[in-house]
This record gives sequence, C-alpha cells and structure tokens, in this order.
Amino acid sequence: MSRKLVTGLLLLCAAAAAESPTAVAIVNAKIVRVSGPPIAKGTLVVRNGLIEAVGENVSVPADAWVVAGEGLTVYPGLIDPLSTVGLGSAAPAAATTAGRGGRGAAQATPTQAAPSAAAPTERARGPEDRPATTSWVLAADELQPNDRRIDTVRSAGFTTTATFPNRGIFAGQGSLIDLVSGEKGGDMVVVPSLGQYISLSRGGGFGGGGGGGFPGALMGVIAYIRQIYLDAAHYQLVKDAYAKDPRGMERPAYDRALEGVIASKRILFPANRLVEMDRMLRFAAELKQPVVLYGGREAYRPEAVEVLKKAGAPVLISMRWPEAPRDANPDDVDSMRVLEQREKAPGAPALLGKAGVRFALYTDGLEQPRDIQRAVKKAIDAGLSRDEALRALTLSPAEIYGVADRLGSIDKGKIANLVITKGEIFDDRTTIQMIFVDGKTYTPAADATGGGRGAATNEPGENQ
Amino acid sequence: MTKLLLAALAALAPLCAETIVIQNANVMTVTKGTFKGSVVIKDGKIIEAGEKVTVPEGATKIDASNQYVIPGIIDCHSHIAVDGGVNEGSVSVSSMVNIRDVLNPEDIAIYRALAGGVTTANILHGSANPIGGCTLPIKLRWGKDAEGLVFEGATPGIKFALGENPKRAGNPQGGRGAGTAVQARYPATRMGVEDVIREAFNEAKAYKAEWDAYDAKVARGEHGLIPPRVDLKLQALKEVLEGKRFVHAHCYRSDEILMLLRVADDYGFKIRTLQHVLEGYKVANEIAAHGAGASTFSDWWSYKVEAFDAIPYNTALMAKRGIIVSVNSDDAELMRHLNTEAAKAMKYGGLTENEALALVTINPAKQLGIENRVGSIETGKDADLVIYDKPPLSDYAKVQKVLIDGKVYFDRDNEVSGRAAKQAEKQKLIDKEKQSQPGRGGRGGRGGQGGQAQ
Repeated sequence: MSRKLVTGLLLLCAAAAAESPTAVAIVNAKIVRVSGPPIAKGTLVVRNGLIEAVGENVSVPADAWVVAGEGLTVYPGLIDPLSTVGLGSAAPAAATTAGRGGRGAAQATPTQAAPSAAAPTERARGPEDRPATTSWVLAADELQPNDRRIDTVRSAGFTTTATFPNRGIFAGQGSLIDLVSGEKGGDMVVVPSLGQYISLSRGGGFGGGGGGGFPGALMGVIAYIRQIYLDAAHYQLVKDAYAKDPRGMERPAYDRALEGVIASKRILFPANRLVEMDRMLRFAAELKQPVVLYGGREAYRPEAVEVLKKAGAPVLISMRWPEAPRDANPDDVDSMRVLEQREKAPGAPALLGKAGVRFALYTDGLEQPRDIQRAVKKAIDAGLSRDEALRALTLSPAEIYGVADRLGSIDKGKIANLVITKGEIFDDRTTIQMIFVDGKTYTPAADATGGGRGAATNEPGENQ
Repeated sequence: MTKLLLAALAALAPLCAETIVIQNANVMTVTKGTFKGSVVIKDGKIIEAGEKVTVPEGATKIDASNQYVIPGIIDCHSHIAVDGGVNEGSVSVSSMVNIRDVLNPEDIAIYRALAGGVTTANILHGSANPIGGCTLPIKLRWGKDAEGLVFEGATPGIKFALGENPKRAGNPQGGRGAGTAVQARYPATRMGVEDVIREAFNEAKAYKAEWDAYDAKVARGEHGLIPPRVDLKLQALKEVLEGKRFVHAHCYRSDEILMLLRVADDYGFKIRTLQHVLEGYKVANEIAAHGAGASTFSDWWSYKVEAFDAIPYNTALMAKRGIIVSVNSDDAELMRHLNTEAAKAMKYGGLTENEALALVTINPAKQLGIENRVGSIETGKDADLVIYDKPPLSDYAKVQKVLIDGKVYFDRDNEVSGRAAKQAEKQKLIDKEKQSQPGRGGRGGRGGQGGQAQ
C-alpha cells in the first residue's frame, strides 16, 4: 500500500512537478536535521512551502499526501554557496586570484554572461573609467528560470544556490535562490543581495599588455579596488550633505559603480594560496568590509588555518580539488608546493573544522551527482566526518550568509528544502528519490546520475 | 650524528638565544675599518664589535675562525617577491599602485638572494611608465608573512622611468608599434616623457593645494567640512613634493638625466636615486650638485641603444665626483653575487676594497635613508650580517651564514645537509601520486589503454 503511494507520488512529480499538494507528510523516515541529532524514525510535515512539523511523534494531517519513508532518509536541501546557476550558460565561479593566461582564460570566460555584465570595451585610462565594473548588477534581476543547469544541480541534491555574476573585478551582487523550475525569476529569490563578487582578474590577460587598459597588473587591480572604496566613502559624504541641504551646493554626479558597492553588505574575495589569504584578509580589514574568502586551496597549511582563525572570516572551499594534469609530460616534475597541494588540499575542511574556522564547500562548477559525491568523498577520506561534510553544504553556508533562520536544517518553520535518499547521502550507491524545493517536489532528472558532460572548466593549480 | 645534532642546534639556538657572539672573525665593518675580532649581538642589534669584547654570559657562540664578516648586502634595485606583474603598464602614470600590496614572501628568489648574502632589497615597480608605482625596501626575512618583510620605518619610494622603456620603443603596445591593432599609449618620445612628468606634477600641486587648504581649515577648528576626494595617484606625488617619498628614477642617457634633474628643481622635489644611470659619468657634477645617488650596473650594457655609451669605470668615476654610488642587480640571478659585482670597481677605476664593499652595503643604505639601521657593522645597528669563508670580494667566497636582526636566516651547512631529506619527502609524494593515478602504473582505468606506464 505505502509503496504504491510513493510510486504514485513520484509519477505525479514527474508529470507535473509544480502541482504539488498543499500538504505532504513523510512518515517513518530517518530524518537528518543537521541542527540537532538525527531522528531514527520520524515524521515530517510540509505545508505551503514550509516545514510545518518534524519529530518522532507528529500526527499526520488529514489533508496531507503521505509518503512512506521506510528505508528513506531525509536531509536538508544542499546549498551551493558560490555558483552561477540561474544566470544562463555562465562559467563556474573559479577562484581566479592573479589572472590566468592561455587556455584557462578562454575557458573561464563565459560565452554569454548576464547581458549587462559585459565588460566595458573602451580601454580604461584609470580608476575613474570604472574598468571591469558592473557592481550594480543584481543576480536576482538577471535570472533565467529556464537555465537547464537548475535541473542538473537539483538532481544532485542542491535546492539552493548563492548565485553571483562573476565577470570583471566588481562583477556584481549575488542572490540566494531556490531552485524551483519554470517560475518567474522573482519566485526563486530568497535573498536579493548577498554581497559583491570581486575577482582580481579583469577577464583579459595580465601584465599590462594586450591593450586591455587599466588595470593591467595585480597591484593595479588592488589599487583600483582601494580607490573605489575611497570614492564610495567620499560619494556618500557628499550625497548626504546634498540631501541635507542642496541649496548652494553643486549637485553630486550619480555613479552607479559606487551605488553598487555601497549596496553590497559583504564582499567575496578570491584567495587560494596562503599568501593570498593573508593579503586579502588584510585588505578587507583595511577596507572595513565584511569578507568571505573563496578558493582556499592552501587552507590545509597550518599557517593558513592560523590566519583564517585570527581574522575570523569564513572561507568557501572549492570542491574542485587540485589534480595532476592528465596529459602532462611524464618527465616534468612539479614543485614540492604543487605536489603538496594535490596531496593535502582535500584535508583542509577537516583541519578547518577542528580549528573552529567557519567554512563551507562550494562545487566550483561541478554539476553531476557522481562528481560531487567523489569530491565530498575525498574530503571525508582526508578526515572530515560525514556530519561535517553535510553541514558544510547545508547549515554552514546558511550561517555564513545569515539565513540560518530559514534554510540549512530541518526545523519547524524553515523553508521546506529537502533531499530524500535511499542510502546515506554522499555514498556512491545512494540514489536520490525525491527533492523538495519551497515545498514543491521534484525527482532527479533521468540522465543526471549517469555520464553527463561533467566538469569542463579550468584546471586547478593554474592560477598563479 | 654529532654533525646533525650540531646543525640542529645551530638552527635552533639563535631562535631561542637573545645573545650571540661571532668570534675569531675577520670583521669588515665598512665604516670603522677591518679587524680580527668579535661581534656581539643582543635582541637583534649589534651591541659591540671589536678585537676584544666582553662576552655576555650564556651567549651563543659562532666560531668564525678564518672567516669573514661583513654587513648584510643591500640591493637598491630588485623585482623579486612580487605577485602578479611588476609593471602596471596600462597607464603613463601608475603612482596609484603599490608594490607593498603584492609582496610574495614565498618567492624562492628571496631565499636564493639570502644565500648570496643579501639582507635588504629595494623592491621596485617596473619601468614601463614615466611615473611608475610606489615601492619599498624589504628585509629578506624568509619565512615571515608579507608584512614581516617590510623594512619598518623606512621611507617608501616611487619609481620613475625615462627613455626607451616608458616611450615603448619597439614595443607593440605603443610607440613605434602604433601600426598594430593595439592602441598606442602616450608618450612615444623623450619629449613626451618629460611632458607626462610635468603634467602629473601640475596636477599634484593643485591636489596638494586643495588638501593643504582643507587641512588649514581643520586646524583652525572649522567643523562639518567635506574633505577633498582622496586620489591615490596624486596622493603618492603629493608625498614626493613633501619629501615623504623617495624618487628612484630609471635612466640611461645624460640628456634625459639632466632633464629630470631640471624638472625636479622646477617643481621643488629631489631625485633620491638615479637607477642604471649608465651615462652618469658624463654628468657626474650635475648629479652631485642635485644630491642624487646613483645606483648602477658594474659592467652590463649594450642590450639596447640607450645603453651603448656605458663604460665599466662609471661606478668609480661617479664615486670620485662625490656621488653616493651603489651597484645593484635588477635581476634575481645577479642578485646572488653582488659581492663580485662590487669587486669589479676595484679593477675598473681602482676603488679600494673598502670602497668597493661600500657599493653594496653602506652606500645603498644611505640612498634608501636607512643608514642609521643597516649598511655597516657598528654598535646599535641591526645585526644584519654575512659570514663568508673567503675574502668577500673574491670569486671563491661562499656565504656560510646570513643573519637578519640577529637571527640566522641562511645556514649553508643546514641547507646542504637538509637536501637529502627534502628530496626524499618529495619523492614520497611523487610515488604516492603515481600509485593512485589510474593509467600511470596504478590500477589501470581510463588512461589504461595509453600503454606504457612510465
């Protein structure tokens, strides 16, 4: 009987994903709440897109569809804290810290970014030309609900992404979105502005060549960012004075680049190497901006853990662990540092957890469930517990973005974003049975578990 | 075993001990003569140097019998330890950028320069622009973080450049390469270089006036004022006008050297050092009159047209006209044997041993305004010292130990004895990776049909 019910529901999902019943009760399932100890056998009620009740002794409402949960486990939906999903066929948010040339650069450049996020074509002559800046662009305004990647990553268990424009130095403001299908973009948005995505690459070549204009070198990019924040502070002063009493005062010119920066409540800075973490944390402190670092390739180094701990800043660790290039000349021997990165990078999450550094994992463009499962397994093999791994993809990102009151765990009143599996999540034989996003039910896309084109982005270890 | 233990002790001891005595050494102080004796170090400073010294109780002793101690070498022109490019070449005036923002304390060139006896280096922006980026001297404290490298209290600098580099001669980005699709960047001639510098200082003077007026109002107690906008580009030039930032100017030809000295006089600032300055011997009197230092190559020339008129006597000729002269590297490799670069001035120009040594110690210290801290072995100065096994100006001299602030940052014995262990550690990682890689001699897999596992 119950098995039939489940099957019936799954068929229903497949037929009309958006038309979910008003209430669903998952009974007799293992519920991994993340915010507290797991419930071995419990009931979870979803209504109006929210978790109405969860516990061992919860009564099933009369109007609820019942899902028999025997043999199933319910997890909070996974959150990808740095993504471009929802912005069309953009490239993944790679932690480009000091520019990348050649092949990598070509791949890192999306063919179709958000329309307004295109870098200015005029050769910039200085900071006043606001080069590679689209700080005012808000991911929430540019969402493409038909982005096919929504279905792909949802099939891997992701119900929420922090989606950022990622072209240019001040790329724009990210938004937290729930991965519902076929809706208006606005229906996906959980938080419109999470903060400003800053990269240290203007998207072209480095070294002052190529006719790319200012800035050409890393120190130019840093000087530009510093000038922007100085200008923003001055702009605010002048605007405030003018608002107070405009009589006799020259009207301050409207500057959308500065408006975008002022509207951003935190900044995301790239940092892979220890030197970069130290540099960018000091820079963020100088700018007096709350910062989240992304990349974290050398976060396994004791000095890096120390630096992160001291700064108290959270770090997003890329799950695209560094690997030896496939087609490398076998006679070439990498440096000790590079060898060490490949050996130890997946150990970073465990070490950060032990040291009490706030961190979360981001997929960095991995989309297929199999690739994500493998990447998480590497961190688990390197010492991260399963619970910590799950937390790093659910409650931790929610906390970093200040939305743990509505997402990241299975608690009464939170948004009903759930993943229901047969088997333990991140196990290679586990299959995802059902996904809830905003209480709407989905089944994994048929082709998502097998093959796929996989990750096709930058080689790790290239940025230097 | 004993040797290993000793090496370990030697590495460990300076870290714990506050007092070190280097004994039985040939001490070449540069400013206070040469003698056979000892140098006593406490809390990172030299507290005594002489033939007979009082050895404090519990001091760590370094026996330097038959060895030579000199002050740490100072390189007045280097580009090591910089991340993401040394040129912000996109604009003619790039004074808004700062080398300090992009220091890379893990650049292996730092350690290699240490092994060549260098303890302080003036890290300069490149020479792509008439007015380049902000610069600073660093100490080569290998193992510290970026801020740990900074020569605390030293006056920061700024790079200027004249001649072929800033006018982009032969560079496809501009100048004569204007026929390419790439937009040319002004200036394209030496006249233009002068114009760019003058225009920038016209702007800087106006900027300074604006800020001075504001500061005066604040000093008078006026409230509720909106300060002028901070412009990083002009801020650096304002500091030059105020004497708070030293100008290090890349130059070759005598005509452009005179041009720059006149521009500086017109605008009321000083050129602290002329860098390269290969034709300096032609205008040595004018350089001396301005008070500029000269930091040059020993015998490196003819790599471009403006470097054709160089002579190896340049160093000695300028020194004899009363210019403070140093010999620099501008290069991570050359940086490792600046002692022999200095020695060439003895052959060409007949400088004494002491005068030659001064070219890479006290003279660059004076040029950088840090001679009260480093550059010679004197009581009260930083214990930045190099121990050589042979006379330091000899080709056969090898650096044995390098101390900065009284700490050993390079030890030849440790370096050599530690190599096997480092190699073994690396081999372990290589082997482990081969094991786990499918298709490379491991369990087969996707790359398997590739054949030989080598």
